[in-house]
Amino acid sequence: MTVQLRDVDFDPCEELAAYQQGVPGQRGKYGAVVSFVGTMRDFNDGRAVQAMTLEHYPGMTEKNLQRICTEARRQWDILDALIVHRVGEVRPNDPIVLVAVWSAHRAAAFDACRYLIEALKTHAPFWKKEQGRETTRWVEHNNPVS
Amino acid sequence: MSVQIRYFASLRERMGRASDTIDDATVTSVAQVWARVSGNRPLPVNTLVAVNMQYADLDRAVQDGDEVAFFPPVTGG
Repeated sequence: MTVQLRDVDFDPCEELAAYQQGVPGQRGKYGAVVSFVGTMRDFNDGRAVQAMTLEHYPGMTEKNLQRICTEARRQWDILDALIVHRVGEVRPNDPIVLVAVWSAHRAAAFDACRYLIEALKTHAPFWKKEQGRETTRWVEHNNPVS
Repeated sequence: MSVQIRYFASLRERMGRASDTIDDATVTSVAQVWARVSGNRPLPVNTLVAVNMQYADLDRAVQDGDEVAFFPPVTGG
């Protein structure tokens, strides 16, 4: 279970491949890898967004993400999980978050991946501040799942 | 008795500072911490609280050395 915060742009595909390569003990054990990549839009709530700053609570953010990984492992039969999340300034099209889950069978990987991203969005202390053409504003809530 | 208080995001901007310290043995709960640092203003709606980096309620007791944080709803991911 690995949690990483990054203050520079990252490539989710490279991260996934590199992480998987670095865990040889799991080779042959997993039959499913499910990943989710959250990416920055250039609009939100009907308004153009040019950039965004992601603030976090150093220490608590990492602890909270580790906790939801532990909870996922308690609920589902998964082998490993990886969360990579940006902090600092992000631009449209930049990846914000990568969540990946390895398991022997696909159901656990799908369910745990979904759980991890939803738990992250509702519990992990991150805050987005959007920069529009002329104004900045704090995002007050995440969009509900629909 | 010393308690560190931290603010994040819009609440940090609203408070005009990122942190405070209270040295007062009569402050024994999160609610009392907020009353002290805010000058008895109501806590903004939906504000979240953490004590020592774990979510907590306003009635949570605070002890010497604790870190109390107040912040708005989280918006990561």
